[in-house]
Amino acid sequence: MKQPSGPSGSGLGSWARAIHRDRKGLFGACVLGAFALVAIAGPWFFGDPSALVGIPLQPPTWPHPLGTNGQGQDVLAQLVVGTRASLLLGFAVGLAVVLLGALVGVPAGYFGGRTDGVLSIFSNVFLVLPGLPLAIVIAAYLPASPATVAIVLVVTGWAWNARVVRSQTLALRRRDFVAAAVVAGESDVRILLVEILPSMLSVLVAQVIGSTVYAIGAQVGLEFLGLGDVSRVSWGTMLYWAQNDSALLTGAWWMFVPPGLCVALVGFGLTLLNSAFDEISNPRLALERVWRAHLASRGRAPERSTPVVRNHA
Amino acid sequence: MRYLLKRLGFYVLAAFAAVTLNFFLPRLMPGDPATALFARFKGRLSPESLDALRAAFGLTNAPLWKQYLTYLSHVLHGDLGTSIAYFPSAVSQVIGSALGWTLFVAGTAVILSFAIGTLLGMAAAWWRRGALDTWLPSTLVFFGSFPYFWLAMAALYVLGFSFRWFPLGHAYSDDTTPGWTAAFALDVLRHAALPIATVVLATLGGWLLTMRNTMISVLGSDYVNLARAKGLSPARVVLRYAARNALLPSVTGFGMALGFVLGGSLLTEIVFSYPGQGYLLVQAVRNQDYPLMQGIFLVITLAVLGANWLVDVAILWLDPRTRDSSE
Repeated sequence: MKQPSGPSGSGLGSWARAIHRDRKGLFGACVLGAFALVAIAGPWFFGDPSALVGIPLQPPTWPHPLGTNGQGQDVLAQLVVGTRASLLLGFAVGLAVVLLGALVGVPAGYFGGRTDGVLSIFSNVFLVLPGLPLAIVIAAYLPASPATVAIVLVVTGWAWNARVVRSQTLALRRRDFVAAAVVAGESDVRILLVEILPSMLSVLVAQVIGSTVYAIGAQVGLEFLGLGDVSRVSWGTMLYWAQNDSALLTGAWWMFVPPGLCVALVGFGLTLLNSAFDEISNPRLALERVWRAHLASRGRAPERSTPVVRNHA
Repeated sequence: MRYLLKRLGFYVLAAFAAVTLNFFLPRLMPGDPATALFARFKGRLSPESLDALRAAFGLTNAPLWKQYLTYLSHVLHGDLGTSIAYFPSAVSQVIGSALGWTLFVAGTAVILSFAIGTLLGMAAAWWRRGALDTWLPSTLVFFGSFPYFWLAMAALYVLGFSFRWFPLGHAYSDDTTPGWTAAFALDVLRHAALPIATVVLATLGGWLLTMRNTMISVLGSDYVNLARAKGLSPARVVLRYAARNALLPSVTGFGMALGFVLGGSLLTEIVFSYPGQGYLLVQAVRNQDYPLMQGIFLVITLAVLGANWLVDVAILWLDPRTRDSSE
């Protein structure tokens, strides 16, 4: 990946600056920061989320700001404690999915030939198999636990990343600095670890963010189906109990609205953050920003045309 | 033609992989379906019946390759075993009775969402930085961040439970008789409206953004500028010149997204107690009905593979490069 033009420093510093410049990205970072804070510190302020604290299905009142659920447990306490479980699992799965994707995609793109053929068919098959039914079929045979959910999500989620990483590696493979390393007699492992992987870092970070969005959504879906451990508190199991206790048909909106909103806010925040990252790792968008700033400095409004990155070979 | 055959070969391979996965999963995992079922009856079954159960699941003592061949031939004959939750109905029969509803809801939702999202993406790219382009993408991406089934719950709560504009579930009312009548069709549409609408709302943003982004770069290309300079009408430039080329990434993505959208649609069915595959899936999970679960996986996989092949045909039509099979 080429360093973006315009004011830029080293990796992390320029990312932080881009997020700062991009109001949406800033908003996303703030939302995520707030949730991270709740996940880390929140559970200390609440007791056991499974404790029975009042009459079941109580609407929001002062002692229970988000009401009580069908068992008479405090919804707010469950939401806060569930934040830690849901985010932890989501992030861990997001990371694992990207690692597995890189493990398959990098050799496929780098070695080409038969290796690529086998690995590509393998990942394409996994890509085309419908994820949720496959996840359910596998999860049903394993004991209901967060580990099961994590394993199943990694198995069903890695293929897309492998595909993207493969094409990235393929593009890098043709670059001069890799050819130079080959000529210099460096080993394949060294070229992969020292030359290719660092150049893909921005892509991989973006993938971790995207995969975390996937992981949180899919995890909630599986737990909603009852394939997680329903006695543990998380956003997904909260929704499972909301459906099981017919929260909808008794009008208990406070049981299903909070966890769903949290899932959406985290997902939205991550997506905004990702598009802010995209601004710096995508040369076309970076160029456009410079062009617009240039026009603005001359007091002209940008028109419809888009500056295009051209390859004059 | 060669391109289509090549793709077909790949789908056959994928289907084969799905069947093989289905065969090996129960044999690799700790605890097989027969033992699970046996445990559910907590000692009310004799040990001999465990053997009978294992035989019924195809878990015989025959060598693995022989079991595998038997399984393959059963699947090829459409025999997916016997359902536990709906005992003694055959799995294929149970799935068949619910397949139509799922195809109806998921199919309509996917096509509607793709069509509307793509058109909106075209509009957003044409009137770039206009009101539409500024607000619509972020709003729709925000809706897309919700789990599909949660949007379904919210829609059901607000429009069904509070306002009573839509029915609370099922595919048609108890008091209408199924048949090819206008009254029945209207009733079915009323029941399907919310499930379809929630899936459309959840997926619209993705199509809009894909189309918008490609459309913007296509609109900046030389051949579109030339078309504009020739004085062609904007509608002609957008539809005949730009959109046709810009559509390609969206159509490719369509095939990729099908499985994902279908998964979300299954969860939506559950919220609306819609009698499709999603509803069956929950029954299967609750009753540890492994044959039904695996049957649903297989049938949905085949549906997705078939739809993907249709997408390939569409790509063939859109992209002339796939037509000269010099590869």
